[in-house]
Amino acid sequence: MTILKSDVVPIRSEQDIVLARQSVRKTAMEIGLGIVDQTKIVTAASELARNTVIYGLGGEMRWEMLEDGSRRGLRLHFIDQGPGIEDLSRAMTDGWTSGSGLGLGLTGSKRLVNEFEIETAPGRGTRVTITRWK
Amino acid sequence: MDRIPILRMGDLLLVTIQVDMHDRLARSLQDDLTEKIERTGAKGVLIDISALELVDSYIGRMIANISAMARILDAQTVVVGMRPAVAITLVELGLSLSGVDTALTVERGMQRLRARLGRTEATDDDSEE
Repeated sequence: MTILKSDVVPIRSEQDIVLARQSVRKTAMEIGLGIVDQTKIVTAASELARNTVIYGLGGEMRWEMLEDGSRRGLRLHFIDQGPGIEDLSRAMTDGWTSGSGLGLGLTGSKRLVNEFEIETAPGRGTRVTITRWK
Repeated sequence: MDRIPILRMGDLLLVTIQVDMHDRLARSLQDDLTEKIERTGAKGVLIDISALELVDSYIGRMIANISAMARILDAQTVVVGMRPAVAITLVELGLSLSGVDTALTVERGMQRLRARLGRTEATDDDSEE
């Protein structure tokens, strides 16, 4: 698997969530994802970027344009050094939230992509990686 | 600060969302719209989201909130023009927007509101007789 292109977008404010969405949209179009798949990964990115701002207390998104044999894909890493997630299985339950949200950010974005990975530990920050293949 | 314009047409309020909304803008729309319903006594709200390329859980919740708040303030809301890709994504995300009235186009949304308001007034008249 080759990384054709990559970049890092800081995610510190609500305004950065919009910028993250825009850079994901641009890259998804470049890969040639259809409109539904574009919308799915941009929406997932919006949810995860918001988590980075609200729960992770800011961080960054790293995007990678991938080539694996004949297929192309877009992989996004959301990385923060925040408090981490104490109870991951609960956080991965629809409708559960530690804040005031709807509790759809993690579970919902997982449904919108092909691959979903999360690494977290209390006090060690959180890293969520999602991939959508064409 | 940016604001999404709210137009008044008789007893209807029209909102066309044409920008990629950040969260604060979504919150201020909710506040502005409820305030305007109260001030104008509007009976219907039409929100056109045909330009929106994305509705995530935050924006979705804002739309559901507006609809619920308007109802409590005695106004009907119709959300029009949602793109198919947005609808597909929203449902997979886990938001079905139950309780939010939708129509495909502005014209149909207007018809829906007019019909509803007409009927409501008729029902009121009937009950008074």
